[in-house]
This record gives sequence, structure tokens and C-alpha cells, in this order.
Amino acid sequence: MGSERFASRARRELALEQLVSPFAELGLVAANGPSDPAPELVVEDGVVTRMDGRDAADFDVIDRFVVAHGLDLDVASAAMALDDLDLARRLVDIDVPRAELVRLSRGLTPAKLARAVGLLDPVELMLALKKLRARRAPGNQAHVTNLKESPALLAADAAEAARRGFAELETTVGVARYAPLNAIALLVGSQTGRPGVMTQCAVEERRNLELAIRGLVTYAETLSVYGTEPVFVDGDDTPWSKSFLGAAYASRGVKVRFTSGTGSEALMGHAQGMSMLYLEARCLAVVRAAGSQGVQNGSISCVALVLSIPGGTRTILGENVLAAWLDLEVASGNDAIASHSEIRKTAKLMGQFLPGTDFVTSGYSVMPRHDNTFGGGNFDADDLDEWLTIQRDWQVDAGIEPVPEEEVLRVRERAARAVQAVFAELGLPPVADVEVVAATTGYDARGMPDRDRAADVEAADGLLARGISGLDVALALDRRGFPEVAEAVLGMQRQRVAADYLQTSAVIDADGVVHSAVNDPNVYEGPGTGYRLEGERWELLQSLPQVVSPAELVGDLSEGAPVVEELGIAEAHDDPAEVVVAVGPAFADTIRRTIAGLDHREVLDAICDGVREAGGTPRLVRVRRVADVAFIAHDGSRLSGSGIALGLQSKGTAVIHRSDLEPLDNLELFGMSPLYTLESYRAMGRNAAGYALGKRVGPVPTQLDNFARAKLIVRTTLLHARETQAIVPGAEPVELALVGASVAQ
Amino acid sequence: MTFDPTNDYPLGTRRPDLVTTPGGRPLADVTLDAVRAGEVDSSEIRATSATLRLQAGVARVAGRPQLAENLERAAELAAVPDHLLLDVYTALRPGRATAATLEEWAVRLEEHGADRTAAFVREAARVYVERGLVAHG
Repeated sequence: MGSERFASRARRELALEQLVSPFAELGLVAANGPSDPAPELVVEDGVVTRMDGRDAADFDVIDRFVVAHGLDLDVASAAMALDDLDLARRLVDIDVPRAELVRLSRGLTPAKLARAVGLLDPVELMLALKKLRARRAPGNQAHVTNLKESPALLAADAAEAARRGFAELETTVGVARYAPLNAIALLVGSQTGRPGVMTQCAVEERRNLELAIRGLVTYAETLSVYGTEPVFVDGDDTPWSKSFLGAAYASRGVKVRFTSGTGSEALMGHAQGMSMLYLEARCLAVVRAAGSQGVQNGSISCVALVLSIPGGTRTILGENVLAAWLDLEVASGNDAIASHSEIRKTAKLMGQFLPGTDFVTSGYSVMPRHDNTFGGGNFDADDLDEWLTIQRDWQVDAGIEPVPEEEVLRVRERAARAVQAVFAELGLPPVADVEVVAATTGYDARGMPDRDRAADVEAADGLLARGISGLDVALALDRRGFPEVAEAVLGMQRQRVAADYLQTSAVIDADGVVHSAVNDPNVYEGPGTGYRLEGERWELLQSLPQVVSPAELVGDLSEGAPVVEELGIAEAHDDPAEVVVAVGPAFADTIRRTIAGLDHREVLDAICDGVREAGGTPRLVRVRRVADVAFIAHDGSRLSGSGIALGLQSKGTAVIHRSDLEPLDNLELFGMSPLYTLESYRAMGRNAAGYALGKRVGPVPTQLDNFARAKLIVRTTLLHARETQAIVPGAEPVELALVGASVAQ
Repeated sequence: MTFDPTNDYPLGTRRPDLVTTPGGRPLADVTLDAVRAGEVDSSEIRATSATLRLQAGVARVAGRPQLAENLERAAELAAVPDHLLLDVYTALRPGRATAATLEEWAVRLEEHGADRTAAFVREAARVYVERGLVAHG
């Protein structure tokens, strides 16, 4: 017979995932694979004759490209001679600057790079990544797509993403011919949300280049590279063709980032028995040799495969470190769905989130996952508050800003109106007012009116044929009353002329100033240096819309007519049926309700009724010298004729005490005050009287809510603070009478 | 004023005087007014070979020789027509072109002043022959 606990776990979302043991022959090994070559570089007469286990004659297309363009032989002999562990230690040594590590990397072979990074544990990898990131401040990139390719919704989502601080926005197409329309919607939306945000439309290269030439997009990250020759060739490219394409894009003013990532070679069946980290080192060596300023890496679309093997998460962080070490801008994945399990997904994210990368995700789904046509949505619109809260928890900037709802609605509407105006001015199929409204306030594309898709694609073809460009978009906005968006779109055109964003890790601020690794480099040299979340930015990232001030949370609790009056110092009595009900310093005074919202007067009535029902005589006193419920109860018990007292804090926590017990001992403790009803307090009264009269007493049944503390600890703290403020040090307990009732019987 | 690759970046904000459009219009004159007046068309909205060479210089002094090389190639390709770019890219894909065809493309590139890129294509051709990545024809 099986365990019900195992069965319960088997129903969790994690159980949907396949975990496999390493299988090196298929490349299903994360790092330090048994067949990975030993690092090796032989140079004879200035010519590389052997590298990482291969003679020059056997070099494949990747080896040849790296040797031709990726190795600095002046650095190589000294760098390759370093002990692996020495090299690994330098990666985390705050006294070895980034520039020195980058210099060494120029002389290291892929096997040596992988070997050194493979020696770091997760926390060391995070420190290395923090140190090696190219640009000073971390950033983030958003995905903006929807299933209906609705231009109003694309523009609204782009505007929200830009307003929330994403530095780059990526869209794609369900139907290829839509590309120019989606690119325009993204351009207009992004510049409405925040001028300077860069955009891309991931489509086939020829189409992509055309969009770029027209100034409708500013960056591309579709240039994939692979770590083995057969996979590279299956991908219909070589390092030379990809490098040429990179230069072609740059010649048209497009920022280019290559894409690589662990797991792709195994998935495509040609890992050649090598570990994922080693093959990724080969990819990254090609990326740098090709002259790309950066890379999108961190397994990307193969993430679930890498997470199926031991050490997968660590290796993905390792490949991000490798890329940063090679002085490349890093857009660090976290876009494709990594796991069904929210816990596992978030645990994986922390590797990039905490140290910060140039783009912590290479596509945070700013809309709900349902609309993410990349097949991504690892983190989406519904996760936004969690992301913002985790930034606030760790005091970490992971590139997303909190924005109040009314401001989000404002930019969404403005962007949808702007794209409506551009479509009208350019003679494209109209965007109806109902589309603007739905795009502004709706949840996802299912709430968008259907458009005439045939008319849209036809118009898209015409748009290209007419040679519509970014300038036409700016002019249309200008003519239709969107001057600030027109200026921002023109600003992006001006950026293409200056081409500053072709440098490493470039982003553009709202004033049109480019920040890259050239003019805003990461110089982290330990505590007190580098990018630190503080000052205005920290104020912004901690001020989430749902945050309330503590004062506001408890409000004014002393409203209303008096509930009790104080009759003078309380004396000890000798009535054996007496039960003292001892309340805290603020009870029914500066606090009038329990944490469960029960009125203090009604609570007192319920307790007294309970005492009487069980044959006891209730008597009210206030303990003024302490706020701790045990001492309140114990002080009360010493005044009680029976020696029994029920102590009651203002927030509703209660204790039944007896005078001969130690103060921190008790007969019954009622600590779940948020759950109590008046009936609970009546039962406490009955039990207290039962103890007083020497009856057999069964404890009051209590419920348990494990989340009560998490939910209410802030209110508890604030109520307790108020109770504590009401303390009169050293004061004697006082006799109380309920106002409007006959004096205690 | 001469160009200082160490201090003049970003060109767009620090040295707009060094940046012009392909038609010679200063960057500062790419304004909405000029667009409204029809003085700037979309062919003006791109980096010139000269600007890309300045960016290559910035990358080189920043210690990024490969990025600088890439920007040098880009500077050459800025003067190459779109269709030629795409044709050369296609020819460089595996198994698309014979060594002789690649040589023809290299010559075409040289005709447009793209000497570095031509050398890059010839280098590819040599490797493709050795690795069996040329078309058989």
C-alpha cells in the first residue's frame, strides 16, 4: 500500500515534469562532461595548430572561426597557463577588476572558459555575474504580442511596458505578413509610454532587415548560433554567414544581439557527447568573434530540457556568467516557461534576478500568458505584483517599476488612440473606438473586437510597397494631435543616424541619451561600489501601489462613546466564585475592536455572560503596567477571589490564569484572536468560571489558521504598539465598570 | 574639431557636429519641422559609413576589437545596396554557393568599396571548401 503523502505530492504541478539522469552520449549532461576536451592551445610560429583536443586539420567551422577572429594570441599563453582554480577564484575576487578578467578571456579557449566557470558554486556564480555585467545598471526586456494581432492592444501593452521601465520591447507575428503593422503598433505604443525604448519584431531575416531599413524597429536578437557544426549547419547558417548578417544589420542602424543557449545541440540531436556548458562556451566564443555586442543566452527555449538534468539551473547561470566574462551584453532568458512549479521557476530566476543582468529577462510577458505568441510567458502580467514585491523584498532592481492604475490606464489609452490616429492617417483599416476602450481596460485579446484580418494583411503588404517609414509615422502622429509621441518617434530615427546604440549593452533614456558599457560601465569592486539600489530609485521601487502607511492601517481606534469607566485602584477580593476579567492598558479606550473586528463592549458582555452561565461572578479590572497577555492575566488572578482570571489584550488574545502558577505558565491560552467570535469569548468565560468553581473543564475547542500570522502580523504589531503606548509604568490595576450597565455584580 | 573616441561618445549627445545624414544634413537639423517641410526623407534616416567608422573607433579604444571589426564591415556595407546584402548573406549560408560564386560576390563587394567584407567572404570560402559547406556545381 502506497503513502498518501507521496500520492499528494504526485498531484502537484512539479510532477508534470520529467527529470532524467545524465546521459552524456546525447549531450544530456550539464557541465564537466566526461567527453569534454581538456583545455589546450598550441601555437607554433604565431599559428594555432591545436585547440581543445583537436589538431588544426580537424578544426570544424566553429573552431576555425574562433581561431580566426576570437583569440588574442598575445594574451593566450599566459592566460591558458593559469591554473583552473586560480582562474575561477579571480572571477569572484573583488580585487581583480572586470577589465582584467575580460582581458584574460580574450586568450582563453572554450574548454578553458567552461572549466573555470564550472568550478563556481551558485553563489559564486552570482557574485561573478554581478561583477562581470557590462552595463552599470541592470535592465529588462518585455514581450508584447496578442493572439488577434490587435494593433490597439499591441500599442497599449507596449506603452504600459515602456512606462513600467522596460528598456526593450519585442514583438513577433502569428502571420508573417502582419510584421509592418505590429512593428508600427509597437513603435507608437513604446514611444507613448516612454521615449527612447527600443523595439524589435522577430521575423525572418529578410523581412526583419526591411523593417529596420524603414526605421520601424531598432534592434534584433534573432541571430542564433550553435555549439556544434552539424547543428549550426542544420540551422542553415555558419559563423561567417551570421557574422555577415550582424554587420549587415549594423550597417542599417540595427542593434544586434545574437542568441544561443544550452540544450539546443542536444535537442537537435548533435551534441557530439559534449556537456551543455562546454558547447555554450563554443557558442559564446563565436558570438564575440563575430563582433556582436551581446547575446541572448541562458538556455532560452530549451530551458525545460536543461532543467531536466542535474545541475541544470546552475549551468544556465554559468552560461550567463560566461557571456558576461566575454564582455558581451547579456539578455538572460527567463522568457520561455521553465517549470510548471511556481517555486521552482522563481528559484531559477533568482540566479539572474539577484546579481542583475543587462536584461534580467529576454522577454517578460507584459500581457497575460494567453496572449504570448512566443510560447513564452514564464512571468506574465498576472505575476507583476509578485515581481515588484520580490524586488522590494531583496532591495534589488530587476528592471520593472510600479505604476499606479490610473497612470497605466492613461498611457494605454493614449497609445491606443495614437495608433488609431496613425492607422487613419496612413489609410490603414480603421481602429474603432471600441477597440481603444477594450485595449485600455481589457484583460487580453479575447476581449478585443475581431478585425478584418484579410484587410489588415493586405494593408500591411501595401504599406511596404508604399515605402512607409518611421518618418511617416512621426508625421502622422504630428498631424493628428500627438506631438509628444511624434517627437519621440523622430527621436528614435535620430538615434539611427548617430548609431550610438550599436555599442555594447546600449539602452536609451527618456532624454535620448544612450547608456552603454562605454559611457556607463559596470565597475563593481565589492561593497560600496557598482550599481546599488538606493536613493530615489529605491524610493520608487519600494512604493508599490498597494503599500499603505502603518498609521493609515490602524486608523483612529478611539472613536465613539466611552465603554468603561475606571472606579479606582482594584483590591484583592475573597469571593471563591469570582472570575476577574483583566483587560489590557488600551482596551476599550484607545483601541475599541479586536483584530477580528469584534467590538470590545460586545466581547466583554460575551465573556461576562459565559462566566455567569457557568455559575461564576465576573469582575472587570484593567491592568495598566504591562501589555503582555500573560502578565495581564496573572496580575488579574492575584486580585481574584477564586485565584482565576481571564486576561484579555485589546487585539483579542486571551489567557486563563491561576494565581499560583508562574506568570508565563497558564491554564488555557487563546492565541488565534483573528478567528474568534463572540461565542468563542463566551466559551472562554464559561471555562474560566469552571476552573474557579473546581469543575472538570475541557479546553475550549480552537481552530488553526496557519496563514493568520502572515496575513495579520502587521496589524498585530500596530495594535500591540498602541497597547504598549498605553502602559502606565508601575501603575496598580484599576476597577472597571461598563458604562450604561449596573455596577458589576 | 577632431574626434576623440575616448571622450566623444555618445556622439548623438556629445558630438552631434560629427554626425550627418547620408545627404550631409547635420544631426541637429533632423527635426520635426524639417520633416514637415519635406526636407528630410526616409533615405536620410540612417548612419553613414563615416559615422559607423567613428563608432568602430569608439569600440576599438573601449577594448572591443571584434565589435570594432564588425562596425568597420558595417561601415563598408552602409554603401552596399539592400539586395546585394541579402544576396551575399544567402550565398554565405551552408551549401548555397560554390567557391567560384563566393569569389564573384567578393569581387562585387570590392566594387562597392567593401574590401574588408570581401576578404571575410573569401576567408569563408576557403573554410567552406575544407569543411564541405560549398555547393557542388
